[in-house]
Amino acid sequence: MQSRFASDDRAEIAERQRWLAVLAKAPVASLEAAWEAFDDKPAYRLLRRGETGLVMVRGRVGGSGGPFNFGEMTMTRAAVQLIDASGNVAYTGFGHVAGRSARRAELVALLDAMLQDPERHDVIAERVIEPLAAEQEAAKTAQAAKVMASKVEFFTMVRGE
Amino acid sequence: MSGRIAILPAGPADFSRLDPGFADPVRDAQACFRAVLDAMAHPGRIVQVPVALPDRLPLGAAATSVALSLCDIDTPIWLDAAASQAAGYLAFHCGAPLAKTSADARFAFIADAAALPPLDEFALGTDEYPERSATLVMEVSGLANDHGVTLRGPGILRETQLAVSGLSARFWTERAALAELFPRGLEVLLACGGALAAVPRSTQIVL
Repeated sequence: MQSRFASDDRAEIAERQRWLAVLAKAPVASLEAAWEAFDDKPAYRLLRRGETGLVMVRGRVGGSGGPFNFGEMTMTRAAVQLIDASGNVAYTGFGHVAGRSARRAELVALLDAMLQDPERHDVIAERVIEPLAAEQEAAKTAQAAKVMASKVEFFTMVRGE
Repeated sequence: MSGRIAILPAGPADFSRLDPGFADPVRDAQACFRAVLDAMAHPGRIVQVPVALPDRLPLGAAATSVALSLCDIDTPIWLDAAASQAAGYLAFHCGAPLAKTSADARFAFIADAAALPPLDEFALGTDEYPERSATLVMEVSGLANDHGVTLRGPGILRETQLAVSGLSARFWTERAALAELFPRGLEVLLACGGALAAVPRSTQIVL
């Protein structure tokens, strides 16, 4: 069975990046609920159990200038392999999340693997990814509106003339 | 909690062919470390590495456990031709970089011990920094204590015997020749399936 992501197709990579970003930001309760909602849970094994480490977060001066090391953050990663009916590995999924929740990283990896399966992809995208994305977008908009209300404009009065 | 997270080498990877590493990374690595410690403290003694790993790995269970326990991003590894199919597995689970030449490696994994490269091709350390030497992990076809070469030195009461099958005949003469370089030298781990015996640099070989 060929993963949809064995190629270097940019559109496919961008699509996978999007769902991984949505899953990585989702709370563990939402991921757990999404996993529990599957009637036909696939068999899987952990290729890499959830493990916690540090990553260096880099920033750019002023948002667009030279890169600098902003600081280290804790993150957890996991990798799972879905096993098909004949006992072979079908799809491999990866999960990287901020913080120390191994279960959260495993759930992201599981959903990533299932999303690579053409037979499951559309259902999961519709039932899991889109609602989570909408939720995250709404939270972002609400936060932006809240911040906007406190925005201070700095300007200089022109004197004289 | 583990340390820095290593990044896989770039390039297309087929993850469906990879097998899992330790089932319980912390405890299994500790158990393997303890087994290596026992083996190194008692040269020639055959110890079992009490760790279960998936079969069909390119290296044996003991050699693979050593790699998973001791190798990381700071230890360049070198693989002989027969062990080279383990490269993907070790890159994924240890994050260890592949050494360009055998002289740059801190750990060398040799699956075909009958075609062993000359021992002095590996890093032997310097007199100031003898620890900058390589550790050789060799997969052999048999280990026994009832006959074979005689070992003497620290950790051995009087003397002990170690018979290793499937090992290049040059090994013992070349290893005996390294003795005069002490404290420079090589640590050697002989792995046979789930069993392990060590020949550290301090051990004298009586041929």
